[in-house]
Formats: sequence, C-alpha cells, structure tokens
Amino acid sequence: MSTRDDAAGQALLFASVFAVATCGLVYELIAGTLASYLLGDSVTQFSTIIGTYLFAMGVGSFLSGRIERDLLGTFVRVEILIGVVGGFSAALLFLLFARVSAFRIPLYGTVGVVGMLVGVEVPLLLRILHGRFAFKDLVARVFSFDYIGALFASLLFPLVLVPHLGLIRSGLLFGAINVGVALWLLFAMGASIPRVRAHRVAAVLALMALGAGFVGAEGIQRSAEAAAFADPVVYSETTPYQRIVVTASPRDVRLFLNNNLQFSSRDEYRYHEALVHPGLSAVAHPARVLLFGGGDGLAAREILKHADVESITHVELDPAMVRLFADNPALARLNGGSYASPKVHVVTADAFTWLQAGEGVGQYDFVVVDFPDPSNFSIGKLYSTAFFRALRKVVAPGGAVVVQSTSPLIARQAYWCVVATMEEAGFGTAPYHVYVPSFGEWGFVLAGVGAAPVPGARYPEGLRFASPATTVDMMRWPPDMDRVPVAVNRLDSQALVRYFDAEWSAYGVN
Amino acid sequence: MRRRGLLAGGVALVAPALLGGARRAPVAMPGEMTGADWRLGHRMRDGGLPEPTATSRADVVVVGGGVAGLSAAWGLQQAGVADVELVELEAEPGGNAASGSNAVSAYPWGAHYVPLLAPESTAAAALFAELGIITGHDAAGRAVYDEGSLCADPRERLFRWGEWQEDLVPGTGVTEADRAQYRSFFGAMERFRTARGADGRRAFTIPVDESSADPRFRALDGMTFARFLDEGGWDAAPLRWYLRYCCRDDYGTEPGDVSAWAGIHYFASRGGRGGPGSEDGPHTVLTWPGGNGHIVNLMRARLPAPSCSALAWRVAVDGGVAVDVFEPGPGRTRRIRARAVVLAVPHFVADRLLGRPRGRPQAADVAGASYAPWVVANVTVSEMPGGTGFPLCWDNVAYDSESLGYVVATHQGVARVPRRTVLTWYMPLSAHPPAEARRAAMETPLDAWQRMAADDLVAMHPELDGKIKRVDVRVWGHGMIRPVPGYVWGAARAASCRHEAPVFFAHSDMSGLSIFEEAHMRGMAASAAVRRFLA
Repeated sequence: MSTRDDAAGQALLFASVFAVATCGLVYELIAGTLASYLLGDSVTQFSTIIGTYLFAMGVGSFLSGRIERDLLGTFVRVEILIGVVGGFSAALLFLLFARVSAFRIPLYGTVGVVGMLVGVEVPLLLRILHGRFAFKDLVARVFSFDYIGALFASLLFPLVLVPHLGLIRSGLLFGAINVGVALWLLFAMGASIPRVRAHRVAAVLALMALGAGFVGAEGIQRSAEAAAFADPVVYSETTPYQRIVVTASPRDVRLFLNNNLQFSSRDEYRYHEALVHPGLSAVAHPARVLLFGGGDGLAAREILKHADVESITHVELDPAMVRLFADNPALARLNGGSYASPKVHVVTADAFTWLQAGEGVGQYDFVVVDFPDPSNFSIGKLYSTAFFRALRKVVAPGGAVVVQSTSPLIARQAYWCVVATMEEAGFGTAPYHVYVPSFGEWGFVLAGVGAAPVPGARYPEGLRFASPATTVDMMRWPPDMDRVPVAVNRLDSQALVRYFDAEWSAYGVN
Repeated sequence: MRRRGLLAGGVALVAPALLGGARRAPVAMPGEMTGADWRLGHRMRDGGLPEPTATSRADVVVVGGGVAGLSAAWGLQQAGVADVELVELEAEPGGNAASGSNAVSAYPWGAHYVPLLAPESTAAAALFAELGIITGHDAAGRAVYDEGSLCADPRERLFRWGEWQEDLVPGTGVTEADRAQYRSFFGAMERFRTARGADGRRAFTIPVDESSADPRFRALDGMTFARFLDEGGWDAAPLRWYLRYCCRDDYGTEPGDVSAWAGIHYFASRGGRGGPGSEDGPHTVLTWPGGNGHIVNLMRARLPAPSCSALAWRVAVDGGVAVDVFEPGPGRTRRIRARAVVLAVPHFVADRLLGRPRGRPQAADVAGASYAPWVVANVTVSEMPGGTGFPLCWDNVAYDSESLGYVVATHQGVARVPRRTVLTWYMPLSAHPPAEARRAAMETPLDAWQRMAADDLVAMHPELDGKIKRVDVRVWGHGMIRPVPGYVWGAARAASCRHEAPVFFAHSDMSGLSIFEEAHMRGMAASAAVRRFLA
C-alpha cells in the first residue's frame, strides 16, 4: 500500500469509528425508548436495556480476542450484521410485541446480539490500526472519535430522529450507515479482504433490504397495531379521553375503546335492544329520554324506534366519538343515521359534572346509562351512591332508568354491587341479563325511583331480539349468576372497582 | 468502551432531568410567595408603629382570623353579641386553614383534612351539622357525613422502588419480621384507642383535654416517641419510616422531638388509622379541594366581614380594653375600645400584644412552646400525575423524599378525565431546630423553593417534567405548636388556658396540638367565657 493510500485508509478507518459509535448508541437508545413506549416505566426500561447492552458489549469485546485472522474481513462482516440486526431491531420488536406473550425475551435477545456485535467493533479496529500509529496516539484517536460519535448520537436521537423519522425508520437509517461503512471498506480496501465480491453482494443486498424497510415503515407501524386486533384496523384515533379503534372484516365491524371491545356489528342488536326496550316499555309515555354514553349512536337508534319518543338528550364526553359515528357513512349506517335525527340533541359534557350542575331536574321519562365498565377509580365514580342520588333527581314521575352493569357471570359481585348501590341511593331495581355472543352474559339494571318499574307489552315493530316474552326470560336468574351479598359503591370506598378488578383478573382478561 | 457506554447510558437517563433543569433555571418559573405577611407581623416586634389617631368602638374584639378566631366570632354571633370586630393580619382570614384558588382549582395552603370526629368533639360536630358536612345520624346514632366531603377512594399511595403501592404503610418488599412489627405496633395502638383510664375517660381523644387524666397514660408525655418505640422493640426500618412520616405530617416534628403521648394520640384518638387490614371502622377523612379552607369559607359566608390586612399591635386593659390596630393602607393606627378582647393568636404573639416580653406571668416557662416551620407549595400542572402501579390517590408520598409528598386538589371532583390539576406539596422543616430552620427558610428565595418542589415531584413523576406551569409558595415560620415532651400535660400549657378577663384566649396552642377541632373548641369556649363575663 502506498503512503497516500495509507493516509486515506486511516482517515477512512477513523471515519468508520465515528460512524459505528453513532450507530451503536442509536440502537441502544432505540431499544430503551421502544421498551419504555411498550412496557412503560422508562427508568426501569432504560436501566435494564443499558445494562444488557453494556454487558453484551463486554462479551463482544472478550470474544474479539478469539479472532485471529482476516481482521478487516471480519470487521466488514460484523458491520453488515450490525446493520441488518440493529437496523431492523425496532421494526422487529414492534411487530413481535402484539404477537408474542413473552416480549422481553426477543427484546433483551435483540439488545444482546446488537450489543455483542458492537462490542467486537472497537477492539477489532484497534488491532487493525495497530502498528500504523504509536499506541498512545492510536488509543487517543480511536476513543475520541468513539466518544464524539456518542455525543453526536445522543443529541441527534431526541432532537432529530425520534420527532422526524420515528423509531423504526431511525433504526433502518442507521443500519444503512453501518452497511455503508462496510461497503466503503469493501471498495476502498477490497484488495486486503478475501472473497471480496461475495461480501460486496451481501452488503448491497442488506442495503436494499434496509431501503425497502425504510419505504415500507409506515406499513410496518400500522400492521404492528393491527396485530393487536383480529381484523384490519380501518380507523384509529387518540382523543384526550381514549384510543378509538374501528376494525372491519367481511364478518363484522368492531369498535374498541382503549382496546376494550364495545360492540360487534354482528350481535350488537342484542345488547342495544335489551338495553333500551324493556325500560321504554315500562314507562307509560316515554317522551323525553336522557342518554349517557353510547357515543356510537346505537342506543339512540333503538330509542328512536319507539313512537312516543320526542327528544333524546345525549350527554357524551368525547366529541370525537359523535363526530366519527355521525360523519363516517359506514358507521352512520350502523346506527341508522341516528345523529341525523332532529330528535337527538348532543351535549358534550362529563356526565357527573352535568348532573351536579343541576341540569334537567325531574325532566326525563327514561334515562339510559351506558358508561364503560368500572375498570378504574374515575369511571367507578359514575357508579357510586353519589352519582345515582344525583341521577334520581332527573327522573320524571313514573320514569325509569337503565344502567349497563358489566357481566354478572364473570363479575358477579361487581354486577350485584351496582344493584345494591342503586338501591342504597333510593331506586327500586329490576335486574336482568342477556347473552351477547361477542361479550358473553351481560347485565343491566332497570330501576325506578322508589319502586322497580314493570316492563309492559309495547315494543316497537321489527325488533330482532327484544319482546315481552324475552324480557320475562332475561329477568330470570340462574343460580350461578344470582344475587350475592356485596358492599355498596361509595365515592369514599369504591367497592365496585375492587370487585371488578378482582373478578375480571381472575377470569384472565384484564 | 465501558466508559463510553456508561456515559451514553448516563446521558440517556439524566438527559431529561438535565434538560428540564436547564429549561427551568434561566426562565423564572411563574408563581409567587404568598401569605404569612411576616414583614408586617415583625413590625410589632421591631416597634416604631404610629400612636393611634382614630378611635372606634365594639362590644368585643377578636384578634386573629384563623379557625380559633372565626370560631370565637361564630360563638359570639350565636350568643347574640352583635358588635364583634375581627382583626386579621393577612389579606384573607383562615390562618393555617387558609386556601387559594386559580383557574384550575381551589387548593389548600395548610391544613387540608379533618379526621372523622371523635365522639368527644361535640363542638365540631355541631358546627359540621350546621354547615351541612354532617347530614344526619344513623340508627346507632353515628354521624352520617356528606359523601362529597369524605375523601374519595383511593386515598393514599406510596412511591418506592419506582412503583406506587396502595396505602402509606410500606407493603411491597417488607419482610415477615417487619410485618410482625406492624401487627404488634398497630395492635398496641388499637389497645390505646379503646383504652379508658381510671376516671372512665378514653385514654386519647379530641379535644385533648377530654382525654383521661390517668397517670398511666399521661406519663407517656414525659418521653419522646422515638424512645417509646425503642422500648417497645419497634425498630423495623419501614415501620419507623412510616411513623416518622406520621409525626412530621401531624406535628411538623421528628419522632425524637415529639412526646410519646402525642405520637400515640395520632393513632389512638381517631376513628381508626389502625394500619392495613384492620377493621376498626372508617379510616377516612373529610377533605375538600381547598382543604380546611372550605370550612373557613362556609363560616365566613355566615359572619360579618372581618377587618383584614390590619395589624393589632397593642392591647391595653383599662376598665375595658383598648386594642391598637395598625392599618398599612392609610398608614395609621386605630384604637378599638371594647368591653372584652379574644386573643386568637399564638402564645408568642399574645405575649407581645400584652407587652409581656417573654412568657406570660403565670407561666414563666411558656417559652416551652415552640413552633414548627413549614413550606407549602401549590404546583399547577397541565397533566395528571401517573406512575407505574397503584393509580393516582388523594395523598401521594415518596419513600425516599424528605417531603411529605403531595395531595391532589381535584381529587374530590367528579370529572372523569381531569386534564389539569394543582398539587399541594408539603415540606416540614423538621431536620434542624425550629429557630435555625426558620431563619434559613426566611432567607431562602422563591425560586429555590420552586426548584425544590418541582425537582421532588419530577423525581416521582418524570412525565411531569415540562408540565409544571406554576409554583406558588408559602413559608410558615411558626407553622404549628410542637408537642414536645412535657408540653401537652405540663404546667405551661395548663397556665396558658386561663383567661384574664377582659382578655380571653383562643388558640390550638392551648391544646398543644395544631388541629381543627382543638382550634374550633378553643374559639367556642372563649366565646362562652366572654358571654358569661359580659352578662
């Protein structure tokens, strides 16, 4: 090698040090960030990822001592490997998260492999450059480029990469840089690498794969989320209140809020007919209806079937839900265009706050309460004695209330806790349950101020499930779901959330 | 390589904190130092206030608009004494029960809860019934409280090892030996709670003076709580952590400085704070977004307007009383002539008003009264605090912090998804002797407190970094009386309870414990004494 070539070669190698240092740190940051995204608790995730990564680097450094011959060739192969494994690590982990149960195994496995390969790099480089420099200069230069690369990466990552490229594309980009270093060496110093052509082909293929991944990254991200659901995700939105996901297949349309199934278009008629019609039949003349929750418009669709109904005051927390189910033609078809009805008046408000403000006292002949299940303390407040006492005030004389109340089969105590709480708040109750295939056994509580309402015989035409006879059946309780003694759910002791959590956890769902 | 990795890892870990710190430092955090107008207060000490140039009259003057003073005015109003003037140093009455509010929420500046009342707290029970906090009584005669006033579930959580656990008694990672000590300690407290003395009274109750005089219990006032724990063999670290938290929470004072009687009183006087799993009735407390400021506001709404931002600086007895009040607005002193005065102020202020340099004559050692300094910060955040493990509670405490953690002002609200809140952060300055800590606190600038509160919160909640919008701070130089050994059942406190008609006294200092029920009872008792004197 001539002197000029030698100088150029050295510059090249130092540039590689800088590049590999940057890439090495980026993979570590990607893994840490991704783990905190997916698993939460960033302190733990970063600590364990960094620990694993450093340990793996140590293993790599140790193993580099076993490499005897063809140092430059080995270095090139390591670069290509890091480029592929590190580059695809974020994409791979996103895809696996929804598909494997023990996500930490691939997570730490990937981090370990990348860390080990990165650990081989610098010892190898030191040995390649050994003899070309005084040892003190060599160590000084290699490590300064190494540290500068680290600084560069640590600034680049939060300021440019994550906001502009996202994790998956950042990984792929830096994978390409690693492979780029390998390619550069293969062309600049190819003479001293055996089987150089095969290496060049491998590097080009790796680069093409990374490039394809970069272009298709959008699809990877989407399919990572879709994997959490059985069917293709056709709509997803994160609102200040919840994550809304709609999936569709030839079989049905499903709505998920915070990953909890809200309905399947195949059997939601059972749920909504059962929710609405027994109560409506129990009121002599249900002209004014109040609806809490049910932003999918399906309960409103059922209420509108009743000829006596003159107006529906629909109090919904999340305007994005109403917008979606009013404006999207496919979804509006599901609710029969209920939001287009002049009878439906949407109020965007928090239900309890709305009641506390003293709205609508004594005005409503029928009240439908269709809140999410009481899975946390803030939703638990909507099933408390204080809530039901406030609710009692809006019921007109002779009126009725119905409350969706989770599964009496899976969460038996939780269900009867809702019944007991309503009774404590001064309601007479008529509990009933229905089988909805996509949910299982589901419970409702029909209630009236003082005395329980008695369902009548007036049901609208064209119902597929609800009828006077069905209602009689729904009010029969088999022994495995029948009433159990439970505590009342109060704001200051939320028994319901604790029952719900214990029972659904035991069932293995939550 | 290892060093590089460490460096890199370090950057990843501390970068948010560093960036946060860097962001905070140059740009002043919005917020102000509020309340406790000690500069105006100190003018009484430093002298040079103008002699009176105006005179007015009242039947009774109440000096001090804390809970004791408001309660004295309340009692006098109920007794039909029409012409009562209440004089308050601060811009708003409330004292330790002061509260503030902003666009996000009301929030407390000091006392933020009242435990369910002890059966002996009859004065407070009557007040609560009148204010609608007690709505009725059940078949067994127990008070039924307004559901919205009871602290909503979940109440308390503890941050330790990066995770939140339910309850403040450390539960995660404690050994079986620790648990045995929990059982033994809470068992002992439960026995104290149900114990009665030879005089038939409960060993520990509220008001303090209704507690048994049995020497068997009162002897406990002669030793420190720390010694009591040592002698009982209760040395488990998590238990001692919790008990130190309790002493500092209630008294602003370390277990080594609190009397054992007071330390036990915390557990044995209440409806039941009997530790995890105990079934001794409701553990809950009464609280509101503005803390006890809510009670103050309810009382104020039914009382005539007080004279605020007015410094009573001299009280002279000459047949009736002459109360000299400096009004910084016009910059003059007004003399109020009255038939009686209620001094609803701490002992050391009463002494100064009466021109007694140090201690009242009946009790040469009232200097034995000492006061715990506190710092309270109200931190407005644009995101609800989260965390791994148990969800957000009313009271949130970190095991590894010197602060007492924070309470959430919007906790009693019913909105399903609150987007912003105010966190009230408490820090008793108990590590050093009160005078020393007080002096240091007075010299500490606003931004240092703001940083301390923000850093403490971000250590518990990295997600709050950058979400802290405002930090308002109040330093309580004389936050609360310290029940040091010998104070509660000593001669000094007994002497301080004697009225000197036409001068009457009302303050929780007279009980040795700075709590709402004591302050209210002292105010009501003073009003009754005044009424008897006037009759």
